[in-house]
Amino acid sequence: MTAAGESFPLTRISILAAARSQDGAERARALDILFGAYWKPVYKYIRLKFSQSPQDAQDLTQGFFAELLERELLSRFDPSKSRLRTYLRLCADSFALNEIKAASRRKRGGDFAHVALDFSAAEEELRTQAIDPASIPSPQSLEDFFEKEWIRSLFSAAVEELRAVCEAREKQKAFKLFEAYDLTDEEDISYADLAARFSLPLTEVNNQLAWARREFRRIALERLRSLCDSEEEFAREAKALFGVSTQ
Amino acid sequence: MTFLSDKALERLRSSEADFPGARYKLCEFIARGGMGVVYAAEDVKLPRRVALKILDTPDANGELASRLMREARILAQLEHPGIVPVHDVGVLPGGRVFYTMKFVEGLRLDRYIMQLDSLPQRLRLFLRVCDAVAFAHARGVVHRDLKPANIMVGSFGEVLVMDWGLAKILREHSLSRDETLITYGQKADVESDSTQSTVVTGHGTVMGTPGYMSPEQARGETEQIDVRSDIFSLGALLKFIAVGGAQGKSAALPRPLLAICAKATAESPIARYTRVPELAADLSLYLDGLPVSAYAENFLERFSRFYKRHEIAILLIAAYLIMRALVLLFFHR
Repeated sequence: MTAAGESFPLTRISILAAARSQDGAERARALDILFGAYWKPVYKYIRLKFSQSPQDAQDLTQGFFAELLERELLSRFDPSKSRLRTYLRLCADSFALNEIKAASRRKRGGDFAHVALDFSAAEEELRTQAIDPASIPSPQSLEDFFEKEWIRSLFSAAVEELRAVCEAREKQKAFKLFEAYDLTDEEDISYADLAARFSLPLTEVNNQLAWARREFRRIALERLRSLCDSEEEFAREAKALFGVSTQ
Repeated sequence: MTFLSDKALERLRSSEADFPGARYKLCEFIARGGMGVVYAAEDVKLPRRVALKILDTPDANGELASRLMREARILAQLEHPGIVPVHDVGVLPGGRVFYTMKFVEGLRLDRYIMQLDSLPQRLRLFLRVCDAVAFAHARGVVHRDLKPANIMVGSFGEVLVMDWGLAKILREHSLSRDETLITYGQKADVESDSTQSTVVTGHGTVMGTPGYMSPEQARGETEQIDVRSDIFSLGALLKFIAVGGAQGKSAALPRPLLAICAKATAESPIARYTRVPELAADLSLYLDGLPVSAYAENFLERFSRFYKRHEIAILLIAAYLIMRALVLLFFHR
């Protein structure tokens, strides 16, 4: 998995093409990105949709990604028919259903060395979210849940990368302001409050926040682009995510 | 890795738009609505503060953009001291629609109302909301989302009806159709109100706020919605205002006032007031201590109201008569 804040590989080759590449290093890196972006949504989705215990959901998640590699499921994905996200969710659905039906709990993932999955963190997040499985009963709600978890995963990685960028450019102040204003749950916080808290002039708070937001958006869009199969798909995804046009 | 709450996610998705080289500089977040987010911004050209509403919800088919644009056009046509004026409308280079309006410094009605102790004071404030809504109705526009959170009371006591995003145009001719849009970088798609009762309903979804939404609106019967739907919302708003924002205290209200609320919020539109001025007139009668059309009072209530209205005169006459009686009694002994 791409370590927190590690520079994101900016390739214009589609992620799927790279994942199918003959070049082992390129393939591994592409799969790394893909799994890094999707494992948490898949894990949480399996936990909620199939009401699996953490241990069983971990096995199923590991098993799903192992199967994705073993059976080369990515090569069957057709971008003209659906989004990669939807395809992966449906694959996870059918995999988990089959596994549960067969009551096969054999440990999987022996050859699955690409991603070190931090399930305890995912579990902690589910606890923080305090989700009542009964509150998302419909398939549409579960779809929305998967979508939201995917966005959370993408944005969390982008935030970590922004933190690293800020550190590298000695702009920690900008990140701290961004954290205090954009990542907080606090209501009614104003720029004036931040200026007082950080002993900064209001204009600087304004400028630093504008910079951090622009950087965040740039990083998130770059990550999004690397997860898309084509520029058209990227344009669609960017519009759905931020409401912006990339054309 | 940082865990991002749902609130943080929403904020990041809408993270404030840049206006490169444009006339607005965002200052701070004010509020989030159904489809857009409102910021305080600085108008660089005309140095002043404005409120800037920008579309921030994913909008694949452009429906929300049309709605926001339409809201701005409706507002532009409703020039009234009780309706927030729109200054500018446009599209960002990234495609997001925005409009700017007067920056109102003040409090939302649900917060302001708690500061008013006197019932007549609160009711007079409600009458000013009625004025603005009646004006919009006269221009063929139904608000459809009247509630305390959509009313602002400015620092000079001005009352402004906000958030016309769900408004329905009843009469197409009442709004002009050839406004020129000032855009940043690209032309916006502007919904043409070429048919009567034009409304963007989001695939027939029910839009409004429970508790303030009329039954016909809650049932999604958009064709049935007319000024009486707003009258229902005004009735619910009146009850809220009359009790000073204290939920469940309506039983303590005077009966004529309760009757006015009940008539305005009747289940059937036919049983409601037909126009906002009728509701306002009934409330003014109540404030003046006169009988209201919504309530048939008995003799005791009529006497009690008469007594309250002419208390001093009645007491003076009574005192005079008692004195007279005493004097007569004294001289006859």
